[in-house]
Amino acid sequence: MTAALEAEGLGMRFGRAWALRECSVSVPAGSVVALVGPNGAGKTTLMHLVCGLLRPSEGRVRVFGGDAGGTAEALARVGFVAQEHPLYRGMTVAELLRMGQALNPGFDRALAELRLAALDIPLVKRAGALSGGQQAQVSLALALAKRPRLLVLDEPLANLDPVARRDFSRTLMSAVAEDEVTVLLSSHVIADLEAVCDRLVVLNRGSVRLDGAIEDVLAAHRLLSGPRDAATDVPGVVRAVHSERHSDLLVRTGPEETAVHPVWQQHRVGLEELILAYLESPAVTR
Amino acid sequence: MPPYLQLVQQVRQALLLGYLRRGDQLPTVKEVVGTLTINPNTVVKAYRQLENEGVVEAKPGQGTFVTAEVEAVAPGDFTRLRRSLERWVRDAQAAGLDDDTVTALIAAVRNDVRAEGAA
Repeated sequence: MTAALEAEGLGMRFGRAWALRECSVSVPAGSVVALVGPNGAGKTTLMHLVCGLLRPSEGRVRVFGGDAGGTAEALARVGFVAQEHPLYRGMTVAELLRMGQALNPGFDRALAELRLAALDIPLVKRAGALSGGQQAQVSLALALAKRPRLLVLDEPLANLDPVARRDFSRTLMSAVAEDEVTVLLSSHVIADLEAVCDRLVVLNRGSVRLDGAIEDVLAAHRLLSGPRDAATDVPGVVRAVHSERHSDLLVRTGPEETAVHPVWQQHRVGLEELILAYLESPAVTR
Repeated sequence: MPPYLQLVQQVRQALLLGYLRRGDQLPTVKEVVGTLTINPNTVVKAYRQLENEGVVEAKPGQGTFVTAEVEAVAPGDFTRLRRSLERWVRDAQAAGLDDDTVTALIAAVRNDVRAEGAA
């Protein structure tokens, strides 16, 4: 089966600085991927490369087998909602839909109108007069009306209140169920991701730290707690927190259960803790 | 516990407690996704697991139906047992037992009773 998204040795340089380097990621069709990383990690750069808004400095990125942004067909396969879901604030929702239809072949305006009606968003209102949550929903409806096979969302949940976040996620999940669209979304709100996403890509300082199914990733890590003098013998440490005699380690054990010396107490790790460990510097001393 | 196993367990418990019966239709993936705001792949995976366990059957174009037969507890017994267990759990909480200890104690008593029965 063709991957929805495949990046190989992807790199993007702005002047002398590399925003992204040696990035290899594979996303199976039908998955919902959380792209996580601190500011400046390269998330937006990666998304812009996937959408064809940037041409890579090195390596390549393919969307459903075709060069991203290479052709009009490739562009039509990808829907993109940029940060803060920008809309033309002076235009009404109906005008935005008409524009979407004029600019995109195969734009399903009826579908968008149906979705917006279900959410009680009036078509006659100007985009600037809508609430933040409603603007986010309009952006999503516009992107989905394009009937993309891959939907790329840059920080879709930022600046939304909890109810709007839930409503947005619900619309998104319904779209995944109905249209079988693959989703790549970046977010800082880790707690909201676990139910919604099934894959995880962690970016830090322009490189990929982690890429896999959330379930597999969680199963391949353990929290170990034990005496500090034994800590040097443990392989695969992602993050270590040492106090005078005691150490807490987060280790990558791999898919197979590995035997750890019995002085260590083992615990399963939660998604938030795991992500934070990968975002922090390798070793922290307390 | 992975989210899909949580769903599997909810269905199993609903069956045991009589909220679901043989022949009942499970909500469609779309319905579950719309209510719970979870990833549809999670629901599909949970339903597949239940199908493998012989609890449900997916009928193409119709939906997913409960096929497992569970001996239902008589309503009177159910209410009586639930009330006495409620009293016991409150008692345990008042004595300062946490959830894990309560579960461990129930498992231990069940094992003892089973061992007595076998003896």
